[in-house]
Amino acid sequence: MAGSKEIRNKIKSVQSTRKITKAMEMVAASKMKKAQDRMRASRPYVLRALQIAMHVAKANTEYRHPLLVRREAVKRVGAIVITTDKGLCGGLNTNILRLVLQQHKEWRGKGIEVDYVAVGSKGLGFLGRLNANIVSSVVQLGDRPHLEKLVGPVKVLLDKFVEGTVDEVHVFSTFFVTTMKQEARQLRMAPIPETFLTPGGEERTAQAQAGTWDYIYEPDAKTLLDGVLRRYVEALIFQMLNENMASEQSARMVAMRAASDNAVTIIDELQLIYNKSRQAAITKELAEIVGGAAAV
Amino acid sequence: MANTIQVDVVSAEELIFSGQAEFVVLPGVVGELGILPGHTPLLTQIKPGAVRMKLPGVEAEEFVFVQGGFLEVQPQQVTVLADTAIRAKDLDEVAALEAKKAAEEAMQNKTSGEEIAQAEAELAGALAQLEAIRKLKHRA
Repeated sequence: MAGSKEIRNKIKSVQSTRKITKAMEMVAASKMKKAQDRMRASRPYVLRALQIAMHVAKANTEYRHPLLVRREAVKRVGAIVITTDKGLCGGLNTNILRLVLQQHKEWRGKGIEVDYVAVGSKGLGFLGRLNANIVSSVVQLGDRPHLEKLVGPVKVLLDKFVEGTVDEVHVFSTFFVTTMKQEARQLRMAPIPETFLTPGGEERTAQAQAGTWDYIYEPDAKTLLDGVLRRYVEALIFQMLNENMASEQSARMVAMRAASDNAVTIIDELQLIYNKSRQAAITKELAEIVGGAAAV
Repeated sequence: MANTIQVDVVSAEELIFSGQAEFVVLPGVVGELGILPGHTPLLTQIKPGAVRMKLPGVEAEEFVFVQGGFLEVQPQQVTVLADTAIRAKDLDEVAALEAKKAAEEAMQNKTSGEEIAQAEAELAGALAQLEAIRKLKHRA
């Protein structure tokens, strides 16, 4: 049996671990609220921007914006991988990186080269270990996403797409469904997708009129398409980041709550063992005293 | 179903308006646009001003103030991607007047082209807000 001193030390160490996990849980809970509000607030905009982009993709536009052009042969793709900067958030990064790995293998199996943009240090580390081709990265984004930090690295990939060196651009990110549930998903950003799965699991498709048609442009097609599609790209990236952050804080809160609960269970068990061993020691001592007295 | 068109006005911060309308008036960069259900597809930029909607079964028009953005029209749907949008009832005349004054002062003090352009944009926004408030008051 372990000595009572060791057990006492162990109880103390688990108690201090619990204090830390409890504190992290509370910090995550307060950040989660803000992150979720931000994410919910910007969802409608992104959805509409996406819808317009999908309509534009359906239209027979007089000016072919590079983002609208589909290429027959896909030789090289770009992938933006959005992960968190910090760990201790359950299986969040594992899930998204598993999806990335799976898709990576599939692409490589078909002989397609992949250029990666890593957002978040977890993804950067993973892609580094994978020996993937990382064209740019952003880490340390903080609790409030800033679009300015992201525009540069993402533009590297989009420029490649416009030039024609990259044929498709995909985004890997975690979508927030509920506080208990986050989903790792992959989305094609360019060329514009035909369907989009909302975070709630609803499928959206373009609701534009059928047949060959084009818009009336005021003032001209190029400015408008450039503006609309730039908004689409920015809004989408920004939203992915928001979704990822809301997911991160939620996952962390849930993970830390589980850790605190487990710590309580361990403390209870250890306390029981400690009490038992203390009781056993007392009984033994008593027996010895009684035995000694009888011998005299 | 009555002859209506789905109107969505969104800004990056929130969904401002979503619902059916019989008629929509929007401030396009080239001029005011009136959209009826079944309009041909149209894509345009909008300038700061008021979006007015005639809702079915409601006598008064619904007002939304937008700070500029993009507009897409499909036969059954109007979508406004606004840079900033404010519901008419949230418009604040005092704040708008102050913004106008600040923008005018800024214009006089600024020298570089970029700064002037930015101040001009702010001034246009404030003026459009005031205009929207004036329209709103006139109607009331």
